[in-house]
Amino acid sequence: MIGSKLSFSKFMFWFGIAFLYLPMAVLIFYSFNASRLVTVWAGFSGKWYVELFQDQQIMSAVGRSLQIAFYSASSAVVLAVMASIIMVRFKKFTGRTLFSGMVTAPLVMPDVIIGLSMLLLFVAMGQHLGWPENRGMLTVWIAHTTFCLAYSTVVITSRLTEMDKSLEEAALDLGASPFKAFMQITLPIISPAIISAWLLSFTLSLDDVVIASFVTGPGATTLPIEVFSSVRLGVTPKINALATLIIGVVSLVAIGSWFFTRKMNERISAQLNVD
Amino acid sequence: MSTYTTIKRLLPKGRCLILSGPFLWLLVFFLMPFIFVAKISVAEAELSIPPYTAMFDWIDGVLGIRVSINNFLWVLDDPLYVQAYLNSIKMAFFSTLFCLLLGYPMAYAIAKAPKEQQTVWLLLVLLPSWTSFLIRVYAWVGLLKNNGLINGLLMWLGIIDDPIQMINTNFAVYVGIVYSYLPFMVLPLYANLVKHDNALLEAAADLGAGHFTRLFRITLPLSINGIVAGSMLVFIPVVGEYVIPELLGGTETIMIGKVLWQEFFNNRDWPVASALALIMVFILIIPITLFHRFQNKEANL
Repeated sequence: MIGSKLSFSKFMFWFGIAFLYLPMAVLIFYSFNASRLVTVWAGFSGKWYVELFQDQQIMSAVGRSLQIAFYSASSAVVLAVMASIIMVRFKKFTGRTLFSGMVTAPLVMPDVIIGLSMLLLFVAMGQHLGWPENRGMLTVWIAHTTFCLAYSTVVITSRLTEMDKSLEEAALDLGASPFKAFMQITLPIISPAIISAWLLSFTLSLDDVVIASFVTGPGATTLPIEVFSSVRLGVTPKINALATLIIGVVSLVAIGSWFFTRKMNERISAQLNVD
Repeated sequence: MSTYTTIKRLLPKGRCLILSGPFLWLLVFFLMPFIFVAKISVAEAELSIPPYTAMFDWIDGVLGIRVSINNFLWVLDDPLYVQAYLNSIKMAFFSTLFCLLLGYPMAYAIAKAPKEQQTVWLLLVLLPSWTSFLIRVYAWVGLLKNNGLINGLLMWLGIIDDPIQMINTNFAVYVGIVYSYLPFMVLPLYANLVKHDNALLEAAADLGAGHFTRLFRITLPLSINGIVAGSMLVFIPVVGEYVIPELLGGTETIMIGKVLWQEFFNNRDWPVASALALIMVFILIIPITLFHRFQNKEANL
């Protein structure tokens, strides 16, 4: 009886998966096309990859973006762990509504608004405080940290809510300082969520074009800005090659981290059960 | 008991420290910027650096305050801007609906799959959203172009003789939005659906309820939180979407995100761009509060 309804949703699931993956498959396929045209298959070729790696502008943008993504993800995760503790453990304090509003709003706030508002802040700060003197990687880092903080907090909060609080309390009962209890009990238990949050932030930062366009300055063009300006002019196989590499790396890291966090979760729960 | 007192005694110092970090960060870098948006939205455009008039000036011992509501009057009076707002809301509404219609059965299928398979299926849905958003939109350019893959395929099959205009239309924008935002719909729906108790459905079936009765009277009402969360997660950012209408849309696609971008980057009219942003925030404030409430409800379960 339930079977027939299940088959409809299963059909939709595979339809959705096909919808999600086919365009990317086409993209990858044509990155190996010798011809510039999408409709013509002119034989297998790796020349677009060679051209990609010879493009100095793109290559330096890659380095810059990776750097920004690394710093943004790291700072966002540190702040997000603190924010999650506030959200889950501190039930009452003045400004709680304001705080939780500020944590969730960047998740949905349109990029153009975040980008514009942050730029205006940086301009005003530069005018009145003299800092930041000019816009560049530093301002992009601040902007990315802010919205990555929101995403990371969601990921870490859900793990912290699920966590058994009695473990922490037991440590405190046995005389551990709150800091020690946090470092030795809480942190290892929420570490899989911290890793996922870091990876999510890293990819979000690496992907942002709108906010970075607003807050960046001369000489700090990020990879998405570079890609966006060339994509606006039409299809270029070089971008297909770049896309293929990005899809490949992301898939490997995603699958790898999925296995890793699963192993870690198993180990944590095994340890908790044994002790 | 003793735990409670220990925590209470030991926490305050560390507590303030933990609180101040993210709180100050968000206050300075998320909330405060909006004050400047408001401030500049009542300034006037000027050829200077930065390109707007100052709010306060001090001339001969007289403090002058300049507040101009002209930007708002200008925006609300111009049918182009009003049209852009209405069109953005309309497109966001329909794309949310399409995402829901496709995403709900998908989330349902994952939630009903065997426990050990669920994470793999979910990973399959989420994986594309971790690759570049920009590149996923770009993939559709190659597919939808007049000399693109879909038109090429249809002509090769002999179904059409001339290419159908798909790129630079609203259709292409809808495809791009649904494609990019689908995972954001599926995730909260799955998180909700997976918590449902199967016993309820079995009890209803035992009492003679058919598929549709069970779906409309049990599953759907129970998943309302997931539906609202997922819909807001799609609707709100799509209202201000810029990249998708820029790459896939044409002249008929006037969306407010694109208009704001043009005012800012092409016309260098920062005050009008600020006024546009502020009005957008006002429009979105109700959906954002709604999202925040459901987000909190889910977190506290």
